[in-house]
Order: sequence, then C-alpha cells, then structure tokens
Amino acid sequence: MELIFNLLVQGLQMFLVVAIAPLVAGVTHRMRARLLRKKGASIWQPYRDLLRLMRKEVVLAENASWLFRAVPYLVFAATWVAAALIPTFATGLQFSWSADLIAIVALLGSARFFLALAGMDVGTPFGGLGSSREMMIAALAEPAMMLTVFSLALLAGSTQLSTVVEYLAGPGVGLRVSLGMALVALVIVALAENARIPVDNPSTHLELTMVHEAMVLEYSGRHLAMIELAAALKLVLYLSLIAALFVPFGIAAPGQGVGPHLLGLLYYLVKMLVGAVALATFELSIAKMRVFRIPELLGAALMLSLLGTLLLFVSRSL
Amino acid sequence: MVEILEMIAAGQTDFRTTPMPRHKLTKAQWEQAADDAARGHVSLLGLWATRGAVHMALMDPNSHAVGVFSLENRRKGFPSVARLHPPAQRLERSITDLFGMRAEGAEDSRPWLDHGAWKITTPLAKAAPREGDAPDYDFLPVIGDGLHQVPVGPVHAGIIEPGHFRFTAQGETVVRLEERLGYTHKGIDHLMRGASIARGAELAQRTSGDSTVAYGWAYAQAVEAALGVTPPPRAVWLRAIMAELERLANHLNDIGAICNDAAFALMLAQCGTLREQVMRAAHAVFGHRFMRDVIVPGGVARDIDSAGRGMLEGLVHDIARDFEPLVELYDNTPSLLARTVGAGILPVDLAAQFGAGGYIGRASGRDFDTRRDLPYAPYDKLVFKVPLRSDGDVNARIWIRIEETRQSLNLLGELLRSLPEGDVLVPVSPMKEQREGLGIVEGFRGDVLVWVALDARGRISRCHMRDPSWFQWPLLEAVIEDNIIADFPLCNKSFNCSYSGVDL
Repeated sequence: MELIFNLLVQGLQMFLVVAIAPLVAGVTHRMRARLLRKKGASIWQPYRDLLRLMRKEVVLAENASWLFRAVPYLVFAATWVAAALIPTFATGLQFSWSADLIAIVALLGSARFFLALAGMDVGTPFGGLGSSREMMIAALAEPAMMLTVFSLALLAGSTQLSTVVEYLAGPGVGLRVSLGMALVALVIVALAENARIPVDNPSTHLELTMVHEAMVLEYSGRHLAMIELAAALKLVLYLSLIAALFVPFGIAAPGQGVGPHLLGLLYYLVKMLVGAVALATFELSIAKMRVFRIPELLGAALMLSLLGTLLLFVSRSL
Repeated sequence: MVEILEMIAAGQTDFRTTPMPRHKLTKAQWEQAADDAARGHVSLLGLWATRGAVHMALMDPNSHAVGVFSLENRRKGFPSVARLHPPAQRLERSITDLFGMRAEGAEDSRPWLDHGAWKITTPLAKAAPREGDAPDYDFLPVIGDGLHQVPVGPVHAGIIEPGHFRFTAQGETVVRLEERLGYTHKGIDHLMRGASIARGAELAQRTSGDSTVAYGWAYAQAVEAALGVTPPPRAVWLRAIMAELERLANHLNDIGAICNDAAFALMLAQCGTLREQVMRAAHAVFGHRFMRDVIVPGGVARDIDSAGRGMLEGLVHDIARDFEPLVELYDNTPSLLARTVGAGILPVDLAAQFGAGGYIGRASGRDFDTRRDLPYAPYDKLVFKVPLRSDGDVNARIWIRIEETRQSLNLLGELLRSLPEGDVLVPVSPMKEQREGLGIVEGFRGDVLVWVALDARGRISRCHMRDPSWFQWPLLEAVIEDNIIADFPLCNKSFNCSYSGVDL
C-alpha cells in the first residue's frame, strides 16, 4: 500500500513539475510586464507558445548532424529527471534513494554539455559565441553549486536530497551562518544557470549579448519547444530546490496521509508563486553585467559556498 | 591654408537668407582644401556631386563661416579628398556609385551604395544597364592568429533598420569592425531631380523618419535662401517648437533604449511613456505623430490655436516633472553605471577630425551646435546652454542627452511664451533663373545639411541631403575596437546613427 502511495506521489511530482513549468515562466513574464506598466501577456501564454512550436515545421540547417536533432530531447530528458528528483511537496518519493544532490548537478551538467555541443554543431558564429560564454559561466557556477551541496551534506550527514530536506525541516537546525552563505551562493548560481539578469537577459533581441539564446538560435519547431520547456523546467527545478532546502516548511514527510500531502502541494504552489514574483522584481531592479564581470559574481558565489563549508568544518572539530 | 579660409571669409554672405555662392577651385586648390581639412584648418561639412562637378561645404572652425567650393568639368573623376581626409571616404564612394566619377588616388575604391542589385549603374549620370553580376564585396582583410569572424545582419533579431556588421574578434575582443550600409537605399537623390519644390519638401521629410522636422526645416531653409524668401516669424517659432518636440521625443527614447540594452528595462518603459506623451501631443496639435509635412518652404502648413498651445504647455510641465526622477534613477543604479561608464570611449581628436555632430561630438569635447554657432531664427534670440563633456563614453552620451532634454524643455517653454502672432505662410515662387541655397539645422542627432539647386522653372535640379550620421558611423568602428563584442549593442545604441539617412 505504501509502495503504491509512494509511486503515486512520485508520479504526481514528476507530472507536476512539467505541468507548472510554463506557468511559472508565464507568471514571471506577466509580473515583469506589470512592473513595467505594461499589460503583459496572459500567464497561460507559454503553454500556447509551446503548442504553436509543436505544430510548426522544423527548419534544419543543411549541415546539422544527428546530434543537433537529438540534443533537444536529451536536454529535456536530463532536466526532467533532475527536476523529478527534487522533493517539491513530499520527501517520501519512490526514487528518493537516487535523489542525490551530486546526481542532480551531474544531470544538469550533461544537459548543458549537450546543448553547448549543439550550439557549435551548425557552425554559425552565434552558436559558438553562446557555447563559449555558457562554458565560461558553467566553469564557475558548477563548483559553486558543488560546494553548496557539500556544506549542506556536512550539516545533514548525507548528500541524499530527501535526508537533507528532512534534516533541514526538522527542529535541530536553527540559524546558521553557513546556511545563509549557501543560500546566497545558490541564488547566484540559480540566476546564472537559468540565464537571468544580471548574467544573461532572457528577453533580449541583441544577438551579440546573448548567452543561452545564442546557443539555441538555430532551433525551431518542436526542437525549440523541447528546449524552451527544458529551460522553464530548469527554472522550476532551481526554485524548488531553494524552496525545499531553505523554506522546507509544509513538506509532507514519508508515511503521512493524504491530508498533509495536499497541504504540502498547496504550500509548494505558493512558494513557486512567491519565487516567480521575487525573480521578476529582482530582475527589474538591476542591469545586466558586462560579460567579463560575470566571473566576479560567480567567484563571489564560489567563495561564499567555500566559506560556508569551511565554517562548518571549523565548528565541527571544536 | 590661408587661401581657403580667405575665400570663405571673402565670400561670406548670410547663407541663411540669400543664395549660397559657390567658389570655383582649380585642381590644385581643391587638393589644398582637402589638405586643409585633414590638418583641421577647416571642417568638412559635406561633399557631393552634380553632373560633371564635385562640391564641398567647408567651415572655418573658429569663425564658423561657411563656404561651398566646386571643382567643375570633371566627367571621369576628381582628386580624392579621402586620400588626405578620411571622413570623406564613404561620401566619395557614394559619388562614384551614383555619378560614375572616380575619386583619383583614393585608397578604398569599393562600391558603397551600389550593392549590385540595381539593374543600372551610375543612375544619376548617364545611366547604363548593368553588365554581368557585380563582383563580391571584399571586406577588409584581418591577419593574425586565433581570429574569427562574426557577421551580424543586415537582418537583425530585433525590429531595427538593416545594416551589416562584420566583426573580426579574438575570443570576445573585437579586433576590427567593418560596417556595410546601403540596404535602405531608396533613390531619393534621383526622385529629387526634376521634382517640384513642394514635392521636394515631402521627399526630404521622408528621408529619415526620426528626423522628419530637422530635414523638413533644413530643406525649407535651403529653398527659402535660394529664392530669397523670409518665412513669417510665427512660422519660424512653430518650426522651432516642432524641432524641440522632435529632439525631446528622440532623446527620451534613446535614454531608455540605451539602458534597455544593458537589460535595464525599467528605464525604457518609463521613458517610453514620456516619449509617447510627446508623440500624442504632436499628433493632437500638428496632426501627425512625427509632424510630417507640416513644414513647407515659405512657412508651415498648419497653425496652432490657443488650445494646442495650452496642451503643449501642459506637456512641457508634465515631462519636466516626470523626467527628473528618471535622471535620479539612472544616476543611482550602480549596476547600470557599471555598464555605461568607461564603455565605448570616443577620443576627442577623432571626434574633432570627423566633425562629429550632436551628442556624439559634444560628449567628446567638440563644442559645436548649429543653433548657437550657425544661428538661425528663432534660436538667435533665445538663450540656451550647449552641454559639453570630454569623457566620450556611453555615460557621457547619455548625460549630454539628459542635459539637452532639459534644455529642450526650457526652450519649449520660452518658445510657447514668446510665440508671435501673424501669418504662418508666405508664397514661394520660382525666380526664372538658376538658384542655389544651403540649409543647416541642428537635428537631434546633429547637423543636417541640405544643398539645393533650382532651375529656371523652379524645379529641383539637384538636392543633396547630408545626414549627421555620415561622420558618425565611421567613429562607431573606432569605438568598438579593442572592446568586447557583447558591449557593441550598448555602444551602437548610444550612437544611434541613422541608416536611412545615409543610404538615401
């Protein structure tokens, strides 16, 4: 019985992240538009866009290889698996034994690797430009992410996400400096990974300043739909991760009944909404950084996460 | 060098009200003039051709006296000015494309306007059908290790005018940028030939949409000077009101758009609403958002009533109130200043050499504003400050625009207060003889120069319109060198040169 329930919860969670990903993007767009004193598109617009792209014909460059066609599905699959592993509203997921934070980082890393390859595949200068910039950002964002993972793992005694979340949701945590540092580091990494301002501008039309958009410039039709959905999914992933780790209240523990699970679901949706609004507000208050200053920002994230880990070590051994 | 300056001084008439005389030069004198321009003794204002002749407008940079010089009986070619004075280069290449006259001794003889898409060649001289395909355009070679090319345009991802930018970069650093323009060539020079004076005014105002009023006014000035017509004071005041509204709308838009290119969308949204208020007021008072076809030779085609005047006064008040908080916002957003300060520096000497007009020149220490230095009514009776900076970066160009926006608001208030009564249009009739006139007006981008030659029937035999961007586009290439590719959009927007104005 419990197995069935857990499977159900896992299934619902997998479905949920994909289902709400365009909505979170839509809410962010809408919020941004409202703050700019514009009417803005409906929050359901991303769904319509995806549907439109799905129906459209795929235009492929003549010299595109099989890799170029396979990458959208690879990226989507890897991102989806990673997103499915995050405890959004319940920790008792069927696959939680595999929900290792390092695995999530690795899945996202592979998705990025393939996308960067696809960016260079067709041989247009923008793809290469985007790929090289993406890799420069990744080279700093990934270690920062790993160190954040380590400081959380040190605290909870495990890199397994469910265990970490359960520990953080428990009473024994309290306020910790290293947790604060990890949060700031994770937020910076999330902004960089999701190509948001100040690292990248998701709504730009300027080819020369693009990072993520430059890599996927050659994609169209259902391929583009896959990539757009994967990008929206990645945003949900990071928002969920931050929510699960740093505001873990309301998450249903394993073995609890239907009621707490439903409550957890409600809490989760509210957290996503708050996250989307906060993101839109933050993005409007700041300009994009000069490309060569991005390493400084990510370097700060890296230092913060490193300091957090060190502080934990020091306080442990005393 | 003294010769040309003396000729300018000797021939000095008030070109604002009387036909512009032309000094005929010998070949040696022409070369001397080019050399003087290269040495900075005179400023090159324009270079254009008529059938079999080339003409130069030169200005004494100290006394601001202007003269037009010609080299005649030149069917095949003329001594290159660009050989000594590089700013003339693209103008010369256009002359070769349109008239078939070669610039002798020029280093760069590639076509400029003619992309090989026309069915004929040299359309303004004896047009000949094109034989065979035009050869491929050779971009300038770049030699070195690890270089790669990034071609951008002419079709861009955003809704902007078409232009091709060929970047050669080493990683992110730009080693060379080469522009290729001419994609919005409309054949305006050809349409102008034989057009009536009224038709010419329509064409002039369709040359570069954001500078409709500046073009219309410069053209009207040229025609009025050629025919010795003085427009009534009220018309002149209304022209100035329109010109300042145009400057206001464009500067507001530019300030927002530059910030938007640093992904600070808030500024564009806020400035956009202010610009929209200006455009709507223009539509309500002058009948067209860009105030097209209001200026006609002899005056203006449309008077305003007291309601319109009140509306404009209200507009000035509202914008003055809402603009200052935006200046605060710009000045207090460190992430934005981190992008604009020190980015895209235009050295002072380059701005002087190219005679860069408008905010580009004034942000790089070129203290020149047509409204003050080549005064025309009603600015000769108005008091205003010309902002000047010498840091020459994107931030400086934004601040010049901010200052000019403030000045425009003051000027608008003053113009509306002192608006004289009376007629707004006097008849313009042909003079039964050939006449030539020059008009120079300060548009929002810089000085717009129009030279008009009228035949005995009062038709246009040649009209040359020189957009300020002719001398600004080449500087953009210089500004981006050694900068990073990702900063180009920001630098480009801070220049905001006209494509349509130079593609003609």
